[in-house]
Amino acid sequence: MFALVANQKVVIDWPCFWVVLGGSFLPRGVYTVLLFKMQFMLLFSRQGKLRLQKWYVPLSDKEKKKITRELVQTVLARKPKMCSFLEWRDLKIVYKRYASLYFCCAIEDQDNELITLEIIHRYVELLDKYFGSVCELDIIFNFEKAYFILDEFLLGGEAQETSKKNVLKAIEQADLLQEEAETPRSVLEEIGLT
Amino acid sequence: MLIVCWSPVMVEVWNGPGDKKTVEGPSRMPAPIRLRELIRTIRTARTQAEEREMIQKECAAIRSSFREEDNTYRCRNVAKLLYMHMLGYPAHFGQLECLKLIASQKFTDKRIGYLGAMLLLDERQDVHLLMTNCIKNDLNHSTQYVQGLALCTLGCMGSSEMCRDLAGEVEKLLKTSNSYLRKKAALCAVHVIRKVPELMEMFLPATKNLLSEKNHGVLHTSVVLLTEMCERSPDMLAHFRKLVPQLVRILKNLIMSGYSPEHDVSGISDPFLQVRILRLLRILGKGDDDSSEAMNDILAQVATNTETSKNVGNAILYETVLTIMDIKSESGLRVLAINILGRFLLNNDKNIRYVALTSLLKTVQTDHNAVQRHRSTIVDCLKDLDVSIKRRAMELSFALVNGNNIRGMMKELLYFLDSCDPEFKADCASGVFLAAEKYAPSKRWHIDTIMRVLTTAGSYVRDDSVPNLIQLITNSVEMHAYTVQRLYKALLDDISQQPLVQVASWCIGEYGDLLVSGQCEEEEPIQVTEDEVLDVLEGLLVSNLSTPVTRGYALTAIMKLSTRFTSVNRIKKVVSIYGSSIDVELQQRAVEYNALFKKYDHMRPALLERMPIMEKTASNGPTEIVQTNGEAEPSVVEAKHPPPVTQPTNQANDLLDLLGGNDVVPVIQTTVPTKPASAGGELLDLLGDLSLSGGPAPAPATSVPSSQPAFLLDGLTSPPLFNDIAAAGIPPMTAYNKNGLKIDFTFERANPNPNIAVITIHASNSTEADMTDFVFQAAVPKTFQLQLLSPSSNVVPTLNQGTVTQVIRVLNPQKQQLRMRIKLTYTHKGSAVQDLAEVNNFPPQSWQ
Repeated sequence: MFALVANQKVVIDWPCFWVVLGGSFLPRGVYTVLLFKMQFMLLFSRQGKLRLQKWYVPLSDKEKKKITRELVQTVLARKPKMCSFLEWRDLKIVYKRYASLYFCCAIEDQDNELITLEIIHRYVELLDKYFGSVCELDIIFNFEKAYFILDEFLLGGEAQETSKKNVLKAIEQADLLQEEAETPRSVLEEIGLT
Repeated sequence: MLIVCWSPVMVEVWNGPGDKKTVEGPSRMPAPIRLRELIRTIRTARTQAEEREMIQKECAAIRSSFREEDNTYRCRNVAKLLYMHMLGYPAHFGQLECLKLIASQKFTDKRIGYLGAMLLLDERQDVHLLMTNCIKNDLNHSTQYVQGLALCTLGCMGSSEMCRDLAGEVEKLLKTSNSYLRKKAALCAVHVIRKVPELMEMFLPATKNLLSEKNHGVLHTSVVLLTEMCERSPDMLAHFRKLVPQLVRILKNLIMSGYSPEHDVSGISDPFLQVRILRLLRILGKGDDDSSEAMNDILAQVATNTETSKNVGNAILYETVLTIMDIKSESGLRVLAINILGRFLLNNDKNIRYVALTSLLKTVQTDHNAVQRHRSTIVDCLKDLDVSIKRRAMELSFALVNGNNIRGMMKELLYFLDSCDPEFKADCASGVFLAAEKYAPSKRWHIDTIMRVLTTAGSYVRDDSVPNLIQLITNSVEMHAYTVQRLYKALLDDISQQPLVQVASWCIGEYGDLLVSGQCEEEEPIQVTEDEVLDVLEGLLVSNLSTPVTRGYALTAIMKLSTRFTSVNRIKKVVSIYGSSIDVELQQRAVEYNALFKKYDHMRPALLERMPIMEKTASNGPTEIVQTNGEAEPSVVEAKHPPPVTQPTNQANDLLDLLGGNDVVPVIQTTVPTKPASAGGELLDLLGDLSLSGGPAPAPATSVPSSQPAFLLDGLTSPPLFNDIAAAGIPPMTAYNKNGLKIDFTFERANPNPNIAVITIHASNSTEADMTDFVFQAAVPKTFQLQLLSPSSNVVPTLNQGTVTQVIRVLNPQKQQLRMRIKLTYTHKGSAVQDLAEVNNFPPQSWQ
């Protein structure tokens, strides 16, 4: 069933739907100064399967699971024509659906929802460039790459690079470094990843 | 589809020996299966149970490999663990392995090790201690990508201890010329500052040249860092104000420069950087005339030149509007900003409309009329299918209600209340109540509106709406016949809405005689017999829709009717039946009422008299003080307290500062209602000469019922409190309304001395959290004298569930126009809030 959906290469269709969710789980006091910080980013499928999670606030595993469950449910219940923003707890959730995947960020109440949509979009573009018409399967089987790309684009919840080219260049060179270190051992199959 | 496979048969087939081998196989083989293979295998699982079984087996293999300290496959195993972790399975046993990977010399190991650390460790893990050293080494590594991994990890999950230990390394990297490391170090510094604010100063020297950098990554992250520093420290904010011209220049270059493929997003040059600069400008320009002046032009340029056909352009415009509204911008620019929001409101894109509603809500207090022009569009958004938009539209609609549009707006909002989702009903109902109380054009309209809410959303209104409505009804004497008739009709239709039923029972009990006599002038009277009325009330007693409280109301109503109706025997019978009710409360009432029929029948008519007109509620604190001296002349009572005026001097000085000059007389407010003594003393001081020398003689006590306490200075001849406003003709006003805290002033003229205006403040809180340690202070120019009595409480309860009241007296011997500065301090959601405001729109009647 998953394969059916995931096998179709996703043509990234720009005027897609976005969603935003919000909520706070830190002690309230902590929040007053962190006005513009992305709290976390989640990628999940239409079936509600988590594909990537990046947390920029320290939370226990239990809390993370609870939040994820709650948000996935809320976002999936939204109708396609609805706006991409959701107020959830003290936060705002900005989400957007690209083919079978939902990209979902939690931002502070004061943050700019529209630019958050652009950040999501930029990440999708980066994935798309890296994998070449990315699809859900690429992200499932190369989830660590998806994380590497995200970490080269965002750091601590803020964009660190505004040029697509620079992000991809950094990733490619790091990949190269990985291969260089591995090839002398020649048994590509035997070592850690590949 | 494949869901079918959940049937036992299919599972059986799948669990056949052939498949099992592929799952079990790897654990016996020397090399563990590869990550992609594992993913593929897990994805073939048809049921949760099957998936769990596969994962348990794989985990067992991974654990034993970890135990054997296998270095070759550690990376692969951790990667597999990360995948299983994402599926929701426990992976904590891999935490230490991540550390070992980080310590490895291989880049692949490090990459996966750091990724695992970010995913599997949380801040409270002890392993952090072990990690600090690894990160420190890697921050000094010769390969920038290794340094990058370390920075990224530190900036994502570094605990305060780690930040303290590694801040020096981060600062060093912030000064490097390598832009790849510099941008990461800048964001890492942001994280360090968030974790350990006192380390902020150490990054100050490194910020010097950050903005002259050409690389956009470094520029962007630098602006983020500067923003963080300005947000956290007023000193930094003052220090960085000098950067405004430089930021303006960068922004100008961005919007003026031609197409640059590297940073272009749909024809706009680096929107991410633009938004960040605009945000920093907002913080720098807030409350500062010079900086605001310096950025006016560029803001106008961005606002007019940005291409808005795409989301990205609107993102920049949105940020620009927020900046314009926050800084001390020119009025023309503010109009431009509101117009942009007006355009947003008409946009086809729901996201843009949502953003427009959110920002209009923020500006509605300062630019009320400008927002008012978009009212009809906003009201239309109430009909939107999207809850996010609906909620915003509802909040904004309530903010737009005023005396002129109340009828139209309420019609829309009541219609909304009828049709909206249950999650909106409670908020909407209390919004309608508040607006109706504030702007009701007539008493009849007010009663109709509240009844409408009770009939349509009765089960969602808060408990206090019943007493509030009853009070409103009692006080509108001329409406009694009309009201009781309306409520009786509503009862005939529906007895499921408990609040409505309770109000109706109460009114029928009180005004049942008006109901059967058919005296209603407002509407065509209905013909009702006494028996029909009693049938309805008895119906309430037995209905299983009724709550115990409702039954209590109904029983009391029946009892009350015994002096208004002729059918006393029937009433006696009902009352005696409930003398053996299993509901203790009801039983007690019935037994007492029974005794009233038997032993105390001579007192019954007097006891069941119509209730007297009620006092305004929410005046517990201050009035209690004044209630105590019903007959004594104020000054005599007050004189008993020695005047310890010295006690709160520092507060007085604060207020002097606050007023920025010495042409004002500070007034000391008495913090919590524990020290009425000092209040009395100051009163004596302030009012001394007028109430002692040549003050009017104490007013003689007349026929005011003892249940109505009079105000201290009202004398006893004054009309009851609730009538004061109408009697004196001084309209109430809203002095302050910001961040959910609303302060209303109501006025009375003190009777013995017309030079004294008595102002009662009512503070209410519409946010979702209580405001604690609430302190209200006020100061007036020198020609006035002012005294604040103790507040009723220092906690403003959430969601308008109550008000804090406090009485201010202003002596204005020269009858000058009243002006006041107020200072509010309170704690909200754990943080201290302080705000100042000037109030100079006092109604002329309050000082003339």
